[in-house]
Amino acid sequence: MTAAERVVLRIARPWLSRLVGAGLLAAGTELAGLALMATATWLLITAAGQPPVAALTVAIVAVRTLAIARGALRYTERLAGHDAVLRIITEVRARIFATLSTRPARATDRSGDALSRLVSDVDAVQDLLLRVLVPGAAAGLVAVLAVLGAGLLSPLAALPLAAGLLLAGVVLPWLASALTRRTAAEVAPLRGALAVDAVDLTAGAADLAAFGATEAALARAAGRAAELARLERRLALIGWAVDGAGVLLAGATSAAVVLTALHAGTSGTLVGVLAVGTIAAVESALALVGAARQRTQLGTALSRVSALLTDPPPAPVAGAAAGTPGLDAVSVTYRAGAEPALRDVTLRLPAGRRVAVVGPSGAGKSTLLAVLAGAVRPDRGTVVGAGDPHRVGGLFADAHVFHAPVRDNLLLARPDATDEDLAAATSAAGFLDWVRDQPAGWETEVGEDGGQLSGGQRQRLALARALLLRPEVLVLDEPTEGLDPGAADAVLAAVVAATPGAIVLVTHRLSGLDDFDEILVLDAGRVVQRGRHADLVARPGWYRDQWSTQQGYLAVAT
Amino acid sequence: MSRRRPFDPRLLRRVPATRRHFVVLGLCGVATAVVVVLQATALAAVLAAGAGGRLDRTALGLFVGLVAARAVLAWAQGAVTAWSAAAVKQALRVELLGSVTRRDPAWLAGQRGGSLATLAGRGLDGLDAYFTGYLPQLVLGVTIPIAVLARLVFADWTSALIVAVTIPLIPIFGALVGWQAQVATERQWRRLSRLGGHFLDMLSGLPTLRAFGRAQAQVDVVRRMADAHRAATMRTLRIAFLSALVLELVATISVALVAVPVGLRLLSGGLTLQVALLVLLLTPEAYLPLRAAGSKFHASLEGLTALDDALSALPDEPAPGEPAPSVGTAVVRPGPIVLSGVTVEYERTTALRDVTLTIQPGERVAIVGPSGAGKSTLLGLLLGFVRPTAGQVLVSGVDLATADLDAWRRTVAWVPQRAHLFAGTVADNVRLGAPADADLARAAAAAALDEVVDALPEGWQTMLGERGYGLSSGQRQRIALARAFLRDQAALVLLDEPTARLDAASEAAVVDATISLLEGRTGVFVAHRPALLAAADRVLRVEDGVVTEILRPAPALPTGVGG
Repeated sequence: MTAAERVVLRIARPWLSRLVGAGLLAAGTELAGLALMATATWLLITAAGQPPVAALTVAIVAVRTLAIARGALRYTERLAGHDAVLRIITEVRARIFATLSTRPARATDRSGDALSRLVSDVDAVQDLLLRVLVPGAAAGLVAVLAVLGAGLLSPLAALPLAAGLLLAGVVLPWLASALTRRTAAEVAPLRGALAVDAVDLTAGAADLAAFGATEAALARAAGRAAELARLERRLALIGWAVDGAGVLLAGATSAAVVLTALHAGTSGTLVGVLAVGTIAAVESALALVGAARQRTQLGTALSRVSALLTDPPPAPVAGAAAGTPGLDAVSVTYRAGAEPALRDVTLRLPAGRRVAVVGPSGAGKSTLLAVLAGAVRPDRGTVVGAGDPHRVGGLFADAHVFHAPVRDNLLLARPDATDEDLAAATSAAGFLDWVRDQPAGWETEVGEDGGQLSGGQRQRLALARALLLRPEVLVLDEPTEGLDPGAADAVLAAVVAATPGAIVLVTHRLSGLDDFDEILVLDAGRVVQRGRHADLVARPGWYRDQWSTQQGYLAVAT
Repeated sequence: MSRRRPFDPRLLRRVPATRRHFVVLGLCGVATAVVVVLQATALAAVLAAGAGGRLDRTALGLFVGLVAARAVLAWAQGAVTAWSAAAVKQALRVELLGSVTRRDPAWLAGQRGGSLATLAGRGLDGLDAYFTGYLPQLVLGVTIPIAVLARLVFADWTSALIVAVTIPLIPIFGALVGWQAQVATERQWRRLSRLGGHFLDMLSGLPTLRAFGRAQAQVDVVRRMADAHRAATMRTLRIAFLSALVLELVATISVALVAVPVGLRLLSGGLTLQVALLVLLLTPEAYLPLRAAGSKFHASLEGLTALDDALSALPDEPAPGEPAPSVGTAVVRPGPIVLSGVTVEYERTTALRDVTLTIQPGERVAIVGPSGAGKSTLLGLLLGFVRPTAGQVLVSGVDLATADLDAWRRTVAWVPQRAHLFAGTVADNVRLGAPADADLARAAAAAALDEVVDALPEGWQTMLGERGYGLSSGQRQRIALARAFLRDQAALVLLDEPTARLDAASEAAVVDATISLLEGRTGVFVAHRPALLAAADRVLRVEDGVVTEILRPAPALPTGVGG
């Protein structure tokens, strides 16, 4: 058993009795099927001797009972298994979420792909329990009971049966994964490479076409597709050969049991029972081949899940220092050896102060906000107020809109907000009229990541939520992105008017900054200019260039 | 969900190799059915003899031989379906990816291009379950009942009659209880649990929850929601599994209907033990494959959907005998570029309206205008990515619509706004389409890429793209410029805002490199910054799809501009 599987079992411990119950029901289903065939055979062979009907009554009742029981057992087994496993999955999800929620922001800064992968990794836990553990344990139990049962009927005949079951339940599964391990290990990276090829050929189509490289890229992808097909064919040849060997094994074991039983002088009626029972028993043990195959496929996903679940929690963030929120000589470097994302930035944010941060993309604007809010820890310098959303908080670039009603999305910022609070915040964000127009009002569902809203409405909802928070320092990362220019100016003005505390605004639009107390121009992590709008427009530099570009093209062309 | 047919005939036309595979699969199905019947016959003989304490060596040997044959058939059937799956996936992948040459790059870079990539990548792998799980059971569901009936007619025709009457009950009950209902509920269940609906939503929103200090408080909500999902899921499963139970009971009762009279006749001596055993062994076999096909259908649905998507995404193949698309007219260079009355309409917007303008060889034209005004469309027209809805783009008098676009693009160096980074080394990314012996070092020096390469952990061999190293906008832009510099023979340079979103240091380097790239070439570039605009002979303004020339103090060249 691998370390990852042990982690899963440790989590599953409280529900172990349910799992065992499901496994017993699964074994019961298999045994009922086996007993049905065996009893029916006994019935026919005995009937051929034309005994009085009374001698058969018990067997007739048994056949009927077993036939119904098999279906009923299978039904309850599937339900019990799913119920137990889903309970365990609930726990796994809660634990993963709890683990991630204590991680610093960077560690959970994952792409959508990585998140969906995490979700399907959790499904691997489900598959491990439902398709490997429960059926595997059941098959093992059935095999032991079958050997014991055969031993009662004919001790000698139990030997070939035990050998056949051992081959079917242990050797074949081992053989199946040993023979295919190398090829299977080549397939996964090849599939990944092919997926990347597909992305390159579509997302990079223009670059490829413009530089005449489409044919070569297509040829490379086609080569990989052919190689993948070759490996899949090889896997199939080996895999199905093992399955074929299983069919042969069931028949051959049955023949060996018949020979041994006849040799040992077992009664003729029981020979038939043994032969038919043997086929059923070996076939049920062959389920282990599938379980072994499934288990090999789950390895990587399981180890990712268990790594997440066993990670030691990070050291708690030091309590925020008291005093005026802000930065003092702060520098941040994300990767050793890389250029600093922020160098020596100082910013004081007493109540009522309005600060804007501008600059080219990658200049460090979002990093500055992240440090202020405590999502990123600086390498040097001190931060005051970080880590407490009610001191420094607001709208960040990665704002997520939850698949829930408008009200729930807003209440996230302040669970005890009244309808008046909601109205005030949404009104400043220019979102209230839309809410009032909806038949469901505050209860309007917004869809997955706000998918039912337009880009502008989604942005206004996120902005309203940030306003509802009412922190000491309201942080706003591009609050008017996705709004048309007129609306953007109006919303920004309303937001500034509605905010009593300090504001730090990151924006690429330079209009509406006339009344700001200070504007910081960042470039490559450094504050290259700072001052009021009027000063910055008067001085040559990035700000003036950008201002004139945004004001109109004629200005620069003359 | 639309009802899926169990088999899509377009597949045979699209991947002809499958015809051969299906013939083999059919033969395997027939042979398996025959072997199943013979095997039961042999086993019945062995057991009948065994009941009398005798060993029927011939029958036992025959039985083992037939089991071996069945094992080989199981292997052959599995292998041929897997081979077929591999062949279909390979063919569809190559064709799907090949279809990118017939698509507009803007379409491909968008969401639909993304789903095309997913389909060609992982989507088609869903076909395995359909080919190796469902199809063989479908074939056996036809051949085995027929073979069993044929055998039973000779052995005991009353049993054969009961089997013949009850077998259709499986598909009938399947339809009544509803494989479709089962599929729908299971699909819903998959959506619930696989996407984890709420769980994924919470994970994606974790940064936001943390920003509002709600992350810890949400753990209990996650647990509660997951538990509510479990309860809802179990409710659907109770119904979904019920249909399997009903089918199993139908099969069991059918077997009982056969077995009871057989037992009674055996008691009264009206039937031999061997025939009774044969009936007992054969009857369940008749119902098995149809039930298996039903239970495997839902697992293969994902693959069937992918197959349908793939076959629908591929354009119709050219009818046999239709001439291959002819090679376009070669463009003679250098010559003037003339847009005459060009209008470009997209689905919902008009990007350019009736644009007429001429660009002389050696001229440098800057394009300014607000975003979304049609600037990139103008460059796309010159590259042949975008086709005019009306009007013509003429290069040296040749209409680009009928020109040999590959040859034309070889004379164009293009620097896109955001170059795609391919999964490969830095060297591969710069070389893109250029011969292997291209002078990378010189191009890198000219594009100010050399300092970027030196700073990378493995220099030119650093992996970029999906699984590799990310580059900043400025570094990415220099890669794009280096690509352009490798095109020594280019007569026309097209640049799409090469300095947008760059920091000051990168901008200076990129502007210098851009100006030297323009040297001695015709240049058309979208730009807003003074440094680049200064290098232009003319400045065109694009707004709402209309092109106007901005008059500048410098003497303008005597060229026609309309709009």
